[in-house]
Amino acid sequence: MNVGLEHYLVVSALLFALGLLGVITRRNLIVMYMSLELMLNSANLALVSFSRFNDNLNGQVMVFFIITVAAAEVAVGLALIVALYRKRQSAHVEDLTSMKL
Amino acid sequence: MDALLNYLFSSNGLFWVFAFMTLACGGLVVANPFSRNPVTSAMFLVLTIISMAGLFVLLHAFFLAAVQVMVYAGAVMVLFLFVIMLLDLQEEERRKVKKLGLLAGLLSIGAIAGIFVKSLMAAQPGRGLPAPVAEGGTIPLGKLLFTNYLLPFEIVSVLLLVAMVGVILLSKKDLK
Repeated sequence: MNVGLEHYLVVSALLFALGLLGVITRRNLIVMYMSLELMLNSANLALVSFSRFNDNLNGQVMVFFIITVAAAEVAVGLALIVALYRKRQSAHVEDLTSMKL
Repeated sequence: MDALLNYLFSSNGLFWVFAFMTLACGGLVVANPFSRNPVTSAMFLVLTIISMAGLFVLLHAFFLAAVQVMVYAGAVMVLFLFVIMLLDLQEEERRKVKKLGLLAGLLSIGAIAGIFVKSLMAAQPGRGLPAPVAEGGTIPLGKLLFTNYLLPFEIVSVLLLVAMVGVILLSKKDLK
């Protein structure tokens, strides 16, 4: 059986589902953040495979931008987590309930 | 045995190897039965990203595979590890996982993944496409990046600057 577009898209969909599962079930901010990265990466995989099979390089340029923006996002997000940790001594979402009614 | 090895090192076989590694390591990032230490998660995320770079090579996106390894596995993951080491996360291992939440999450995400995969298999988006020829080498991507996408490229550079300034401001001891 030849590997085609569907196979790559299925891998990407499963990876996205895994990332979503991590965001929903894990309560540690850093692990949740890593799961977000997993979801971003699955979108990248889908874009690259579309770009390859539709013979169009624009998708790969898009992925290049996504990687850049993700790097910036990681820097800002981790700085926020560190600032939060300094204030609360915890990186656990269950401890952050000051906005709960 | 020889036939199996030959198949494994063909591009079709390598797809299965890398796809399996990506999904297995991705699963271990999210839920590792042996360790709940964030450092283990980060290490498996590095493995996931490297096997995804392998998938990129199979898709002939050579430049992006290199960028993936350098930027993600290199810079981003070092940042992650740095922050994990900075914070003291020992108590993470002592916390209990809520069984009900885990079960509900697994069920709903399993349903979503099932719908994704079923619909992809039913739609067959790759059917009838000509044989792929797009090559993501440095030269064609660079040409595209500095002609059609010159403005977004510059905007992204400004975005990186903004992120840098923002991070410095956020990590100052006393915000005024």
